[in-house]
Amino acid sequence: MSLFLIVALPFFGALLPGLMNSAGRQACAGLTFTVSLAAFIGLLTNLPAVLAGELVTARVDWIPSLGLNFTLMLDGLGFFFALLILGIGLLIIAYARSYLSRDDNMGEFFTYLLLFQGAMVGIVLSDNILLLLVFWELTSLSSFLLIGYWKHLPEGRQGARMALTVTGMGGLSMIGGMLILGQIAGSYDLSVILQNRDLIQADPLYLPALLLILLGCFTKSAQFPFHFWLPHAMAAPTPVSAYLHSATMVKAGIFLMARMWPVLSGTPEWFVIVTTAGLITMVIGAVIALFKHDLKALLAFSTVSHLGLITMLLGTGTAFGAMAAMFHILNHATFKAALFMSAGIVDHEAHTRDIRRLGGLRHLMPITFVIATVAALSMAGIPFLNGFLSKEMMLEEATHTVLFGSHWLVPALATFGSLFSAAYCFRLIGHTFLGPVRDDYPTKPHDPGAGMWFPPAILVVLVVLIGVAPFLAEPFVKLVTASVLGEAAEVPKAYFKIWHGLVPALFMSVAAVVGGLLLIAVFKPALRLWDAAPRPEAKTIFEALIAAVVALAERLIHGLHNGAFSRYGAIMAATVIGAGYYAWATGTVGAPTREMQDMTPMAVAGWLMLAAATLGMVFLHRNRLMSLILIGIAGLMVSVGFVFFSAPDLAMTQITVEVVTIILLLLALNFLPNRTPVESTVMRRTRDAAIALAGGLAAMGMAWHFLMRDAVTGPISQFHLANSYKGGGGTNVVNVILVDFRGFDTYGEIIVLGIAALLIYALTETLLSGPVRARLLNRKPDQPRAGDMHPTMMVVLTRVIMPVVLMVGFYIFLRGHNEPGGGFIAGLVVSIAVVMQYMASGFSWASARLRYPYHGVIGAGVLIAGLTGIGSWFVAKPFLTSDFTYVRIPPFQEFELATAALFDLGVFLAVVGAVMLSLESFSRLARRAHVKDPEHPMDIDPSRDETQAAAVKEGV
Amino acid sequence: MELLVASAIGILTAGGIYLMLRLRTFPVILGISLLTYAVNVFLFASGRLSIGGPPILRDGVDFYADPLPQALVLTAIVISFGMTAVVVMIALGAYLGADDDRVDDPVDASAGDAT
Repeated sequence: MSLFLIVALPFFGALLPGLMNSAGRQACAGLTFTVSLAAFIGLLTNLPAVLAGELVTARVDWIPSLGLNFTLMLDGLGFFFALLILGIGLLIIAYARSYLSRDDNMGEFFTYLLLFQGAMVGIVLSDNILLLLVFWELTSLSSFLLIGYWKHLPEGRQGARMALTVTGMGGLSMIGGMLILGQIAGSYDLSVILQNRDLIQADPLYLPALLLILLGCFTKSAQFPFHFWLPHAMAAPTPVSAYLHSATMVKAGIFLMARMWPVLSGTPEWFVIVTTAGLITMVIGAVIALFKHDLKALLAFSTVSHLGLITMLLGTGTAFGAMAAMFHILNHATFKAALFMSAGIVDHEAHTRDIRRLGGLRHLMPITFVIATVAALSMAGIPFLNGFLSKEMMLEEATHTVLFGSHWLVPALATFGSLFSAAYCFRLIGHTFLGPVRDDYPTKPHDPGAGMWFPPAILVVLVVLIGVAPFLAEPFVKLVTASVLGEAAEVPKAYFKIWHGLVPALFMSVAAVVGGLLLIAVFKPALRLWDAAPRPEAKTIFEALIAAVVALAERLIHGLHNGAFSRYGAIMAATVIGAGYYAWATGTVGAPTREMQDMTPMAVAGWLMLAAATLGMVFLHRNRLMSLILIGIAGLMVSVGFVFFSAPDLAMTQITVEVVTIILLLLALNFLPNRTPVESTVMRRTRDAAIALAGGLAAMGMAWHFLMRDAVTGPISQFHLANSYKGGGGTNVVNVILVDFRGFDTYGEIIVLGIAALLIYALTETLLSGPVRARLLNRKPDQPRAGDMHPTMMVVLTRVIMPVVLMVGFYIFLRGHNEPGGGFIAGLVVSIAVVMQYMASGFSWASARLRYPYHGVIGAGVLIAGLTGIGSWFVAKPFLTSDFTYVRIPPFQEFELATAALFDLGVFLAVVGAVMLSLESFSRLARRAHVKDPEHPMDIDPSRDETQAAAVKEGV
Repeated sequence: MELLVASAIGILTAGGIYLMLRLRTFPVILGISLLTYAVNVFLFASGRLSIGGPPILRDGVDFYADPLPQALVLTAIVISFGMTAVVVMIALGAYLGADDDRVDDPVDASAGDAT
C-alpha cells in the first residue's frame, strides 16, 4: 500500500467515529478498529521490501520553494515504530471499547485517538524534517485532546495543559533546531541530511542545533528536568495512558534521537548531554516510582525511568548501545502497555488504583494477576522474560561507558536504578495481588470480560516468547539497528541469548534483583524516611512558573493596551516611526538620480490650500461641521493633484468618493454632537503633536527620498503598457489593469465593498430593533430645522438632472476601456444621482420608486463579475481571461466588444449597490416618529388642491 | 515639484496622526481619512511624478505615467469609502447606545493616563 495511504487513513478515518456517534458504541469502535487494521495491513504489505533492505519512498512536491515537500520514507526504523503504533493501537482500541463507560462520548474519543495515531505514523514515516515538524505539533495537539478527554476532571484539564505547554515549548525549540540543521545541510530532506554527518558536526551551528533538537526530544520523551508532565498526564483514561506512554507519544522523542543518531551522535557534547540526562532520569524515575501509591503514577514514573534508560543507551553513541536501545523499546512497549491495561482493569473492577487499599487480588482476579505479574517481572529483569535481555544489554553497555572520567559512575548508577526498578515491580505485584484477600475494597473485584484482558494477554505472550526465544527477535532488531546506524557504524555481531556466561552484567543484574527484594522487605521504614524527606513538588514549581509568566505578560499587555484607544494608537505610531528610523539609520542611502521638476504657481497654490485645510482641521477640529468642510477642501486638492500628475482616473474616483463620503459624514453628524469638548491636557496635546510631527517628517522624508531616485529595478508596468492594447484591447491602461491584468484583485475588492455595505445594513437593523430605536424616535434635534424640507427648486432640478447624470454615467462606463472612466467611476456617479433624489424628494418618495433592493444589486454585480471570470473556463483559459472583438453595426462606427466590459458591469453594479445600501442605512436612522414622513415629494405643489395643501401645512 | 508632493504627504500624515489621537470618535474618523489621503498619495507617488503623460495609449506618444500604482490606488480609494462607512456606523451605534462618543474605555481610562 502506498505510504501516503497509510498516513492518510487514520486522518480520514478520524472523521468517521465522530460522525457515527449515533450509530452506537459498537459501530464506533468497530469502525476505528477497521481503519487502524487497514493501515496496519497496508504497512505489512511493505514488509518484504523493508526486509530486503529497500527504502520505500513516496513523494509529492508541496512548497518546493521553501524546501517543504510531502516526502515519506519507510526503512527499518520507521517500520518498527509504525508497527508499534498501529499494532498496539489495535489492541488499545479493542481494550477501550470495553473500558469506556456509557457516559463517555465514544465517537469523540476514537476521533482523537485516530488523529493522534495518524500524526504519530506521520512522524515516523516523514522524510522531510519540515513535514516531520508538522506531524510533531499535531501529536502535541491531539495528545492534549486525549489527555483532557475527561473534561469534567480538573486534573485532566490541568494535566493536558501541562503536557501541551511542555511538549509545545519543546516543539518550538525543535523547529529552530531543524531549521538550522536544514540550513547547514542545504536540504530539508532527511535522506540528504543523514548523509552529511561530517559537514553538520563541523559546522559552528552544530551545538545550537543539537541543543534545540534535544530540548524538543527531552520534553516529548519526559527526560529530566522535563519529566514532570508525564505523571500528570495520567489523569487521562487508561487506554490513553497505555497508548501514549508505552508505544507512541513519549517514544517520539526517542525515535527522533534514533533517527538523527547518524548525524548528531558521536560527539562529546551529544555523549555528555544525552547520557547524563538519561542516567539522571532513569534513577530519579525509579526512586520516585517505588514510593507512589497510585498504580498509574507508579507506572508513569517507571515509564520515565525506562525512557531515561533508552536515552542513556542512545547517548553512549556506540552501535551496541543503539541496538540495546532498539531492543528495549520493543520490550518496554510490550510489557508496559500490558501493565497499563492491567492497572486499568484493576481500577475498572475495584474502583481504586491506590495500592494501599488493594492486596490479595490474586484470588479474585486470577487472569489479571497472571498478566500483570508476568509483565512486571519482565520489567524487573527476571530471566526468561524479554525485559531481562535488554536490561542485561544495558548493563553490559554501562560497564563500558566512561562518564566524567569515571569508570564506575555509570555502572553504579545503572545498578542503583535497576535495583529500584526491581523493587517497584515487586511492590506492584506484592502489594496489589499477593497477601490476604481484604473485605474493604470499594467494589468487590473480579476478572473482567475477555474484551479487556485479551489485548494485554496478547502482549504478555510476546513478552514470554521473546524472553524464551530471543533469536526470534534478533534479525528484526538488527534490521532496525542497521537503519538507525545508517552508514555511521556497523551492526554489532553480538547474539541475543539468555546465558552469556559469568559476565559483570549478570552480577549487576543479580545485585539489582536481590537488592530490590531486600528493599521491599524494609519498605515501611523506607516509606517513612521518604515521606519525611523534603522534595520539590514539580507541579507547584510549574504552576508558579506559569503564573509568573502570565503575570509578566499581563503587566506588559495592560501597560500597552489598557482599553484606551488613544493610548495604544500613540504607542503604535511611535513604534512604527521608531522602527522606520532604525531602518533608515542602519541602511544605506544612494545619491539622487532624478532631477527635481520645476514648481508651477498653480501647484504652489494647490499645495497652500491643502496645507491650510489640514492645519485648519487640526486647530478647528472641535467645530465638527467646519472640519468637515475643511476635509472636503483637502480631498478636492488631492483630486486636483491627481489630474495634475497624469492620473485622470484617480481624480474622477477621488472626487466622486469625496462627495459620497461627505454626505455620509453629514448624515452621521446629524446624530453626533456638533462640537468636541476640550478634554485632553496641554501636556497630552504636546505629546500628540510631537508624535504627529515626527510621523509627518518621516512620511515626508521617505516620499522625498524615493521621489528623487529611480527604482532599483525597472517597474513591471512596462509590461502593462506594452500589452494593454494588444492583449487587453483597451488604451486606458489603468482600466485594463483593473478589469484584466489584475481582475482577480478587483473581483476581491468589490466583494469586500459589498460585505462592508451589508455590515452597515446589519448594524442599522440591530440598532433599529434594539433600545436605541426609542431614543432615536424621541430625539430632539439640536439644530433648528429648515422650514422647507424639500425645496421646490431642488426637487425640480434634481428631477431634471437625473437622466442627464445617468447618461453621463453610462458614457463614462462605456468609454472606460479606452478613455478615463470605467465601472468604479460610473458607479459612483450614478450613486450620486440617486442620492440627490433622496436628498431632494425625501426618503419615502425615493424608496417607493426603488425597483430593485440594493442587496440584490450588490449580489448581481458580484455574480456577473464572477460568471464573466468563469466564462473563460469554457474556452479552456484561466479564470478571468478576457477576450475582445470589433464589430460594426451600420450605421454606427466600428466599435469594440470585450468581455472585460461585462466584468466592468459587475464592478459598476456592486459599487452602486454598496454605496446606496450604506447611505440608505444611515438615512433610515434619521426617520423620526413625531415628524410624519412627507407623502409628497414637494411641500408646496400648486397642482395639488388648496385644502390638501392647507392640511399638510397644519400637520407640519 | 517633488518637494511639494513630499511635504503634502508629510502634512497630511501629521494632521492625520494628530487627529487620530483625539478622544472623540468624530475627529478620530477624520484623522483616519486624512491618513488615507496621505497613504494613497504616497502609493501613487511611488510611480514617480509625471506631468502631461496620462496612461492612455496614443499613437506616436511613448511618455506615460506609471499605470500600476494608479490602478492600485483607485481600488484603495473605493475601499476606503467602505471602510470609513463601517467605522462611522460603528461610532454612531456606540454613541446612540451609550450616549457617549469617547474612544477610550471609561473604566480603564481612569487607571491610565487617558483622560
